[in-house]
Amino acid sequence: MVTNTAPGLDLEASFEQALEGLGLSPGAAHLLWLPLPMVLVLVAAVVGVLVNVWLERKISAAVQQRIGPEYAGALGVLQPIADGMKLVFKEDIIPAKADGLLFTLGPVLVLIPVILSWLVVPFGQHLLISNVGIGIFLWISLSSIQPIGLLMSGYASNNKYSLLGGLRAAAQSISYEIPLALAVLAVVMMSNSLSTVDIVDQQTGAGILSWNIWRQPVGFVIFWICALAECERLPFDLPEAEEELVAGYQTEYSGMKFALFYLGSYINLVLSALLVSVLYLGGWGFPIPVEWLAGWLGQPIDAPLVQLITGSVGIVMTVLKAYLLVFLAILLRWTTPRVRIDQLLDLGWKFLLPIALVNLLITAALKLAFPVAFGG
Amino acid sequence: MTIASTAQLICFAALSATLVLGALGVVLLPNIVYSAFLLGGVFLSVAGLYLLLNASFVAAAQVLVYVGAVNVLILFAIMLVNKKETLAAIPGLPLRRLLSGAVCGGLFVLLIRVAFTTDWALPGPLPVGEEATIRIGEHLFSDYLLPFELASVLLLMSMIGAIVLARRDVLSSDVITGESVDQGLIEKSRSPLLLDKAPR
Repeated sequence: MVTNTAPGLDLEASFEQALEGLGLSPGAAHLLWLPLPMVLVLVAAVVGVLVNVWLERKISAAVQQRIGPEYAGALGVLQPIADGMKLVFKEDIIPAKADGLLFTLGPVLVLIPVILSWLVVPFGQHLLISNVGIGIFLWISLSSIQPIGLLMSGYASNNKYSLLGGLRAAAQSISYEIPLALAVLAVVMMSNSLSTVDIVDQQTGAGILSWNIWRQPVGFVIFWICALAECERLPFDLPEAEEELVAGYQTEYSGMKFALFYLGSYINLVLSALLVSVLYLGGWGFPIPVEWLAGWLGQPIDAPLVQLITGSVGIVMTVLKAYLLVFLAILLRWTTPRVRIDQLLDLGWKFLLPIALVNLLITAALKLAFPVAFGG
Repeated sequence: MTIASTAQLICFAALSATLVLGALGVVLLPNIVYSAFLLGGVFLSVAGLYLLLNASFVAAAQVLVYVGAVNVLILFAIMLVNKKETLAAIPGLPLRRLLSGAVCGGLFVLLIRVAFTTDWALPGPLPVGEEATIRIGEHLFSDYLLPFELASVLLLMSMIGAIVLARRDVLSSDVITGESVDQGLIEKSRSPLLLDKAPR
């Protein structure tokens, strides 16, 4: 783990100090600490999905000039819970000619890598599960496990539409992983580190002006397109294109197994939005650096209350930026038509890949020419 | 024994068990799709072992390259040519199995012997931890530069080969049969790529 001496709220150290004060050994204190952030992030991810489902329903309704859910709770906020409950209580059907084991394992394999990737999402200087040194690379490699789960469920369903959907999903995710990784590489090159915390730290100099989006506009667009393709959101939801493939690899699924796919895709969307905000929009940074604000107000940045406030502002900013991007994704979904599979693969291989390579090359050149602005 | 070392031991035991059982499954299972999926599990447990050895970058690269690319492409190939063919029975199959089993067993015994007779330098050098990424980069651009570049040339060659094989239409005549390609495409009987699974 990277030892970080930068100021900021360090809950882990305080928690372990308090427990050691009660007479526990450092190892036991650490063991008691470990599950806390994991459970917290898991709950946050699931709540994020509920919010996401509600937003999707409401925004799609607004786009189509409907009202959307309105009876379950105020403005229909309880609708996602009703949806989830329905899926929980639905009968779990495994088709007679399907391969039971792979059929069950598929959705699990789709969901687990997505949840594991939350390991590296920072909400503040010390507010992440683990500041692993390979940070963003871990996310890229974990997201490459997902296609196996999709292929598995597509194959195990013993259904032509499912198999085609699974194959399409795998092809799509392999094609878009490469420009995505190249776009990330350009950012990593500027921050000299793979760690998500370091990437955000490198963008905190002058508030909104130092965000990576100004230095990597092309990379931002490439990353966003690829992230949408990896999440299988419209205009790239080919694996489950209704009028061609019924529902792709999800065709035979119902009940909780279908819910796992559903959960996985929404968690992935929130995760992608969070990572876009980390990589390009300054992560937990406020548009005006909080250090400046504290200075103008005459408050020391190390005071406990100020630290609490800056920590909360950081979390709010991360989530706010992520949900603005989610809003954009939902708007895109309900306003754009679906591309064809050949157009999708052409876009990935013949357009995004060369552009991402050129972007990487230009970033390297700029880094050598202007080390001050591009992280020398 | 501290909590950390106990956890490490348990992880090592679990990973090794899945690795060995998975590898046996890859070789022994008759269903090739199961073998391919198990191969992914084997690659993942190897990545886990790398993690235990403090080589997180190598572990992530292992997952990205072997699970995310190699294994997915293997699965792709298997599923695209998912034809059930009745293979002709090979004569003397039990004898062949016995012989290959004996060869594998001999190899295993040899490896065990090497493992127990070698004087391992334990404990090894201190793990570099998060510095590893930087060190790998330095090595790739200094003493391992030539192998690295040669590997890229090799990949380029195989890529060109794959394109030539896949796109026969860029050549005027078929590489193997020697006849005009377009003619071959017309005359070739159309066989479905996907298995007809509907019950009849």
